[in-house]
Amino acid sequence: MKLLFAGLPQRALAALGLFLLLLLVAPWVVNGYILSLLVVMLYFAYAGQAWNVMMGFTGQLSLGHSLYVGLGAYAAAMMFTKFGINPWVGLLVAVATTTAMGVIIGFLAFRFGIGGVYFAILTIAFSEFVRIGFDHWTWLGGSGGLFLPVANLNSNDLLNLRGAPVMFYYVMLAMCVAALAFCRWLLGSRLGYYWQAIRENEDAAAALGIPVFRYKMFAVMISSAMTAFAGVFYAFYYNNLFPEQIFSMGRSIEIILGPMIGGLGTLFGPIIGAFVLTPLADGLSELLQWVGIDVPGVKQVFYGVCLLLVIVFLPHGIWPVLARRLKLEREH
Amino acid sequence: MSDLYLNAAVGGALTGLVYGLMALGLSVIFGVVRVVNFAHGEMMTAAMYGAILLAQAFKLDPLIAMAPIAVAMFILGYGLQRGLINAFVTRPEHTQFMLLVAVAIILTNGQLIAFGPDTASVQVDYALDSYQFGALIIGKVQIIAAGTALAVSGALFAFFRFTLTGRAIRACADNYLGAQVVGLNVRHLYGLTFGIGAACLGAAGCLQLLLTNVTPLQGPSYTLLAFIIVIVGGMGSLTGALLSGLLVGVSEALAGVMFDPSAKSMFTFALLILVLLFRPQGLLGRRT
Amino acid sequence: MALLEVEGIGKHFRGLRALHEVSFSIPQGAIHAMIGPNGAGKTTCFNVIAGVYKPDGGSIRFDGKPIDGLRPDQICRAGIGRTFQVVKPFPGLSVLDNVVVGALNATADVAHARKEAMRVLELLHLADKARHPAASLTLPERKRVEVARAMATGPRLLLLDEVMAGLRPTEVDEMVAVFRRVNQETGLTILLIEHVMRAVMALAQHIVVLHYGEKISEGAPQEVVNDPKVLECYLGEEAL
Repeated sequence: MKLLFAGLPQRALAALGLFLLLLLVAPWVVNGYILSLLVVMLYFAYAGQAWNVMMGFTGQLSLGHSLYVGLGAYAAAMMFTKFGINPWVGLLVAVATTTAMGVIIGFLAFRFGIGGVYFAILTIAFSEFVRIGFDHWTWLGGSGGLFLPVANLNSNDLLNLRGAPVMFYYVMLAMCVAALAFCRWLLGSRLGYYWQAIRENEDAAAALGIPVFRYKMFAVMISSAMTAFAGVFYAFYYNNLFPEQIFSMGRSIEIILGPMIGGLGTLFGPIIGAFVLTPLADGLSELLQWVGIDVPGVKQVFYGVCLLLVIVFLPHGIWPVLARRLKLEREH
Repeated sequence: MSDLYLNAAVGGALTGLVYGLMALGLSVIFGVVRVVNFAHGEMMTAAMYGAILLAQAFKLDPLIAMAPIAVAMFILGYGLQRGLINAFVTRPEHTQFMLLVAVAIILTNGQLIAFGPDTASVQVDYALDSYQFGALIIGKVQIIAAGTALAVSGALFAFFRFTLTGRAIRACADNYLGAQVVGLNVRHLYGLTFGIGAACLGAAGCLQLLLTNVTPLQGPSYTLLAFIIVIVGGMGSLTGALLSGLLVGVSEALAGVMFDPSAKSMFTFALLILVLLFRPQGLLGRRT
Repeated sequence: MALLEVEGIGKHFRGLRALHEVSFSIPQGAIHAMIGPNGAGKTTCFNVIAGVYKPDGGSIRFDGKPIDGLRPDQICRAGIGRTFQVVKPFPGLSVLDNVVVGALNATADVAHARKEAMRVLELLHLADKARHPAASLTLPERKRVEVARAMATGPRLLLLDEVMAGLRPTEVDEMVAVFRRVNQETGLTILLIEHVMRAVMALAQHIVVLHYGEKISEGAPQEVVNDPKVLECYLGEEAL
């Protein structure tokens, strides 16, 4: 409902503008650590937005989205390290790969009427299957990992995505803005309406002339294609890929935390979710380390507790409540 | 060469029975409460750690620890169901699912914080004993584990078939509203069911500890394995869960011998995908 | 030529015979009703026409073309709209958006669809609830949204499944007036399943009666209502 920002009160547009402005000037005022944190926040905001297309809009629960991140990352990294092809062209290969995978999963699932929990488990199974596969694929590094040559941090080579963190920051910011605009456009289109109808009630949707299978496939394809971008970014930002990490279920869960906590199916949910969760979790880690506790798993417990609290007390996520409080809602 | 396969298959079958018991818990919970327990594997590793603590503190053999662990798990399961999950029985499926995902995350990482990422295990006196039948060599622990798993499963079947409470629980499964109408305290029975499922996990965990070690990060793998077994066997079918556990155990073991041991789970996933495509109700499930 | 021709359709579910050799036809522009006791197979008949079930035998022709075996969305695109006996609104969407989804079957342009949706909502006296979430409506209102949604798809034949249930007599009369008006102004053909005889007698030009999956009577309202077979199984001696 609070989906389109045509009709949003001026307050909301002003708030949005201010937010964007702050993000634009951030690199000049914050230190390197905060900048890298911001990049992570933007990354999860973007990835969450991509996942939201499948689940928030269309109601198809994918718990194996790290599969698309991983495939996109490896595809572009492969093109770069093995064939010397720049990431923008590598992106095309990445998108083709992830979309093909999405089509396979979607076709197998939807053709045979698999939905809900079974579908979620299917996505996990595929993700794990591919993870183990890459673990054994020695040409791309196997479980030892694939490494990109880290170039100098002084010059910014946008074509090859080699450069200072600032460059990556703006790339990620641009991706987020583009994703937001794209999703807003999607929601207001016939595609968006049909997706939501499918999410709400498939039988009714079919009775209204919606070819449900086709539109579910669109959702998977678009979601997986969008996620490929995140994968490519990941590869060139972190410069190392390990199947254990990038295809892991933990990563899949991290992707969905933003939208689930922020607000499933909304445009700003994934962004708010990522922007609230990431710094809190990081802050908690830092705090504990400062006190002398350096134990793996604390951040994840924090995520788990947040997710639990949101599901129990704020089932529609933070954003709808926040929007109401700050009177940023669309007029009714 | 065929000796290798024979041993692998038999070993796999015995392990598979323990898997079956684990999956039985999941099937019971889903069949009755209709909640998909995504924290299943994590609960099992918690039970395993419980058994390890008991072994360290009191030198308890996991077989003996099975009793207190199962009871503890029962109480935890009952509490979890009535305290948290009950409110979600009427909520949309994905919300329930995510709730348990959250519980799973907390459990896994809680264990990680408490016990660290290294493997932990229990060495029993008879760990290295084995029996030989011609070319077949079977470890004593394997036979004990499998036998106990069968016994516990049998007890569970008997419970649901012959006791009043068991039949009341089946009534809830068949008809939620009807059960309430005739005066059954459905919430209590749901709690019991979840508790029973958790107790199965407790038992299975102790038995699994006889066979292998544990780390907190195994939780998700066990969850996935339990789901695959239950889906392959048929959601809600208790016999299906056991048989499917056998099947998965055997195929995993054979795949480990024929291909790379670390690739054996690939085989299990492939099995899942095939079943979902061609017989989604599972081998013994009924098409809804 | 009739708009809808149903010939000898049968449907059974694992031993339960829900429909047996049911035949009837509906001419373009007419309003027909299907009545009968609960469990007679009326909704099953709808579901077979609407593509939810494939008939076990017989044929269904819409505008001369066979439609048995088509999927529900194909049936809708062919020109048949339907409501569900147990309403299936889109709870997370507003009332307007619910109907827009329907309207998007008739036009791909969202702006046009919104205009058309508002028009249909006004027709059904729901315009003031347009922005409300569908989940917040009362049951009679939800039934009207269901009707609006189906009407917005631009059908030539509208299948209405017990849309009058639970309405007060004045509300029933309002709905009857709406259907009559739409039928007269646009020639929309209507087949309604109804228990509310008030509506049936006011609207239907022809009635088909089902009992235990078979057609036991059919004809003009006055004939059917006085048919002893119908009185015995359904209406009772004091029907009106």
